[in-house]
Amino acid sequence: MSADELAQVGVPADRPVTSSAGADEVRRQPAWHLGNLLSRLGSTLPILIGLGLVWGIFGATNSVFLSSANLSNLAIESVAVGTIATGIVFVLLVAQIDLSVGSMSGVASSLLGVGLTEWGLPLGVAIAIALLASVGVGLVYGIVFVRFNVPSFVITLAGLLALLGFQLWLIGSTGTINIPFGSWIVRFMQQMYLPHPVAYALAGLAAAGFAASGLARIRRRRKAELPSGSVAPRLLTSGLLLVGLEAATWYLNRANGVSYAFAFFIALVVAANVVLKRTRWGRYLYAVGASPEAARRAGINVDLVFMSAFVVCSVMAALGGLLAAGRLAAASISSGTGDVNLNAIAAAVIGGTSLFGGRGHAYSALLGILVIQSISNGLTLLALSSPARFMITGGVLLVAVIVDSVSHRSRVAHGRA
Amino acid sequence: MTRERALSITTEAPLAAGDPGQPLVSVRRVTKAFGAIRALSDVDLDVYAGEVVALLGDNGAGKSTLAKILAGAHPADSGEIRVGGRPVSISSPSEAQALGIAIVYQDLALCENLDTVANLFLGREEGRFLLSEESMEKHARSLLLRLSAKIPSVGTAVASLSGGQRQVVAIARSLLGNPSLVILDEPTAALGVAQTAEVLNMITQLSESGHGVVLITHQLADVQVVADRVVVLRQGRNNGTFRMSEVSQEDIIAAITGANNAGAAGRTGPSQQSSKGSP
Repeated sequence: MSADELAQVGVPADRPVTSSAGADEVRRQPAWHLGNLLSRLGSTLPILIGLGLVWGIFGATNSVFLSSANLSNLAIESVAVGTIATGIVFVLLVAQIDLSVGSMSGVASSLLGVGLTEWGLPLGVAIAIALLASVGVGLVYGIVFVRFNVPSFVITLAGLLALLGFQLWLIGSTGTINIPFGSWIVRFMQQMYLPHPVAYALAGLAAAGFAASGLARIRRRRKAELPSGSVAPRLLTSGLLLVGLEAATWYLNRANGVSYAFAFFIALVVAANVVLKRTRWGRYLYAVGASPEAARRAGINVDLVFMSAFVVCSVMAALGGLLAAGRLAAASISSGTGDVNLNAIAAAVIGGTSLFGGRGHAYSALLGILVIQSISNGLTLLALSSPARFMITGGVLLVAVIVDSVSHRSRVAHGRA
Repeated sequence: MTRERALSITTEAPLAAGDPGQPLVSVRRVTKAFGAIRALSDVDLDVYAGEVVALLGDNGAGKSTLAKILAGAHPADSGEIRVGGRPVSISSPSEAQALGIAIVYQDLALCENLDTVANLFLGREEGRFLLSEESMEKHARSLLLRLSAKIPSVGTAVASLSGGQRQVVAIARSLLGNPSLVILDEPTAALGVAQTAEVLNMITQLSESGHGVVLITHQLADVQVVADRVVVLRQGRNNGTFRMSEVSQEDIIAAITGANNAGAAGRTGPSQQSSKGSP
């Protein structure tokens, strides 16, 4: 900035600009910079390596694991718990936890089952009731949390029991309620695959969207006279993404193809990430997670942010429960019990969302659930069932938590908390 | 806060309503108790545009309580606050902001996981649906440049900045709302020599551009560099108001500690702003 420009923005020309504080001091590294790219990848790199390892090991030990049919199946199996994990990301970002997501999903499954059969409701109404119930549950958690300052793990542990009781009461003595196979949500979760041309087109569209958003960002930065980086690297990564997506689509299309359910899950994760990274509310989640007091002093309604995080998590859990019910074509007293709860939380953490709050992204739900589901699927193919699966998933979660904790500590130690 | 207000980033303070002889902010007989503890009793304070008022006192003298009352963090129990001559009640941080009063807290002012731009605009982001990151970054750069702030990169997390740089970011943020009064709560408490100089330089710039500044500090050396006037609190009461040019460091210390009668003699009414603290 020249002296003339300085004068224009209100700095007297005779005021000495502190010697070393030139325009180049106040800079922001452009997004394409190699170091920046690596640091952006940094948090997801370990999980990508982990996923590669898991796939490599199971692919080598079992010929079926990497087949089109199995991967297509694995993708659709990830959807329900992955959706719940997406909600978990929101509460983890504000440094809280919801331990009742499994039970919430079970209640949603049960409401869907009971609503469709005993109450004879249309599908849309049954879904709406389940989602509204989850809004209520999330609000109760949020209000108890902000009013009474009870740690969220205790509140949601109480909620876990209460919701489980409600679920048992709803299902009654039958133990299982079958959802009609003709129901749309069952077909959506079991049989609906994108027609091949549509799948290819969607993959192309996704890559084009990635390219367009990057180019638009470069254009906006140029317009604002900010360092913007060049177009070529973005086009290159977009091209690589296009090739990767089309290849994946082609591979899945050799079997059943890309399911509606998985496409829906991907869209949900992308949308969640846009909300987290590009909206005011998303930024407030990060701010509150890092320092509630600083956020409050900045004029943010911290209570509202906490409450909204609990509500979003509960709604996502209910959505996951509805999808799970569709997948099984049934709601039972065991819906949402067992490892659902911990798998959802583990997925978010394994995927790279910190338990310490203020750090993470929606894609961690996608990456984390793929790891967990791959382990589960691979072990099942190797005829190792629940005991080994639980122990190995537990071990992976422990490793992920240790990685999170160690990196948190090193960030604090190096002043990058 | 309106969008326009948030957008108008300037280091020039808006002129206070009325004549220049009128204080920007005037506090009269403010009292505040926390349970049985009387934090403030009948405290007075005037701040004029373009001056730096150092608010001094020992620990527990009520300095931070007074600052928090002005910033809307605690409401006063009784007493009167006038801004630009108009009586006001400040019951929340956003009301204080709307009245043109900004406060920079000693700690917990920034979110360490967010970058400088995000911290500067925290709570007043630009953009309707999606955040206008480019516009915010542009404003942040020009603001920091005008403040001669040495921030290595506006895109890295605040956690990687030094203590002085963080303080500069916190002060810069307080200016975004275009305040007329800036309250700084021990801005140099945790800083080294060079960083302290940087912050003091910034305080001088603020007053030169017409802001009223209240500086809460324990560092008498800082006070002598930047302050125009000194207001001493002791045990929740006014214990002397001095012009910097007319007072010795010993007098100030005496007023702070109550070591001699200077405190009683120096307790001044609002009409005797410049009376000396000791006979």
